[in-house]
Amino acid sequence: MTAPSTVALTVNDRAYEKPVDPRTTLADFLRQELGLTGTHVGCEHGACGACTVLLDGQSVRACLMFAVQASGHAVTTVEGLAHPDGSLSPLQAAFREHHGLQCGFCTPGMLMTLTELLRDNPTATEAEVRDTLSGNLCRCTGYAGIVAAALDVLARLAPDVKGR
Amino acid sequence: MKPAPFAYHAPTSLAAAVDLLALSENAKILAGGQSLVPMMNFRLAMPDHLIDLNPVTELDRLEVKADSIEIGAMTRQRRMEFSAELRQACPIIGEAMQHIGHRQTRNRGTIGGSLAHADPSAELPTVVMALDGVIHIQGPRGARAVPMAEFALGFMTTALEPDEIMSGITLPRWQGPHGYAFVEFARRLGDFAVAAAAVMIALDGKDTVTRAAIALAGVGPVQTRLTAVEQALLGHRLEPALIDSAAALAAEGEANEDIHASADYRRHLAQVLTARGLATAARRAQARMKGSA
Repeated sequence: MTAPSTVALTVNDRAYEKPVDPRTTLADFLRQELGLTGTHVGCEHGACGACTVLLDGQSVRACLMFAVQASGHAVTTVEGLAHPDGSLSPLQAAFREHHGLQCGFCTPGMLMTLTELLRDNPTATEAEVRDTLSGNLCRCTGYAGIVAAALDVLARLAPDVKGR
Repeated sequence: MKPAPFAYHAPTSLAAAVDLLALSENAKILAGGQSLVPMMNFRLAMPDHLIDLNPVTELDRLEVKADSIEIGAMTRQRRMEFSAELRQACPIIGEAMQHIGHRQTRNRGTIGGSLAHADPSAELPTVVMALDGVIHIQGPRGARAVPMAEFALGFMTTALEPDEIMSGITLPRWQGPHGYAFVEFARRLGDFAVAAAAVMIALDGKDTVTRAAIALAGVGPVQTRLTAVEQALLGHRLEPALIDSAAALAAEGEANEDIHASADYRRHLAQVLTARGLATAARRAQARMKGSA
């Protein structure tokens, strides 16, 4: 009944084509088929945000879509944030500096959510950062360091924004 | 893999989707997946066929016209949230949008999915009901249109027949100065509403209510129009005492009781949110009148 489908997509700028059972979620596909285990799987019903990835640049829950649906699209996972030489993105570096990582389980989802926000809204306020982060649960109750990291990156973006 | 096995179909036109649905036993339509996929992951939903509307691009459209707003069923909440044109034409939608899940789910969720899922606490059906929206439906017997008041039948139940697909929504626009408000009480930003109210109100130059529409979410098994409250307001000057007495009628309806709130608490919230919504909507209506004078 479940005829195997093929998924052809790019993940972190690399093209993949693989047969896939339609019921495989994008999160499971990334982890189990591509070995990209940076995308974490928490609640698996869209509440916790640990599996958040970028689909064509927009943050989405990888547990709430099927891998077949990503065919023809571009996915960015936490593995795609660092520069090719391994140096951290400004947001990742700020997370380390401000102790935003904590236990690390929610970190990939937090990074993907904030990557989208900082790109789309480089003048975001602290309230907007907190509002956007409400879609990612941190059980260390430690949003302080995470918010500080985002605000630090925003402050460094500010001169560019003013110059535009 | 959490969901049960299913056959996946990805039609590229509405007509093909309708044909597929007619041929498939135990099929489900997949829109944004933000409600259906969790149910599949919990195996509360176990369709044998999943018909994915995401490739049906004709259903992704947002048109603001002089007297109405046309929205395709597959239009993403993200598009509605960030549309400056929609915010200008019908700001209550944007205000409600801020309560719908989170940015990461609004990026994927659709208006049609929210309406078809018919969660009693969902924001979009509440707004569509307050705006007297009309639901467009396509099926093997052709197209039909159903007013939202007749589309929402009961707890997670709509007028959609098993072989029918929602194609879009028409929202008539309110003409002339008016005010709006969407107010919600939830445990945490983005959580399901314990209760919410969508309020539209028009006043004349003497602050007399000439038109009112109020819809409530989360209190009964389905979104409801508060016609008794609307009637109590019409033709009267909108003063604090009138808001209080009219809003008290909001507490007289049936209310659900569950782990989150007792029926009494929900009735209390219905009254408080209706009063708050009316006060905000009236203030905005007055500001609009001054602006246009």
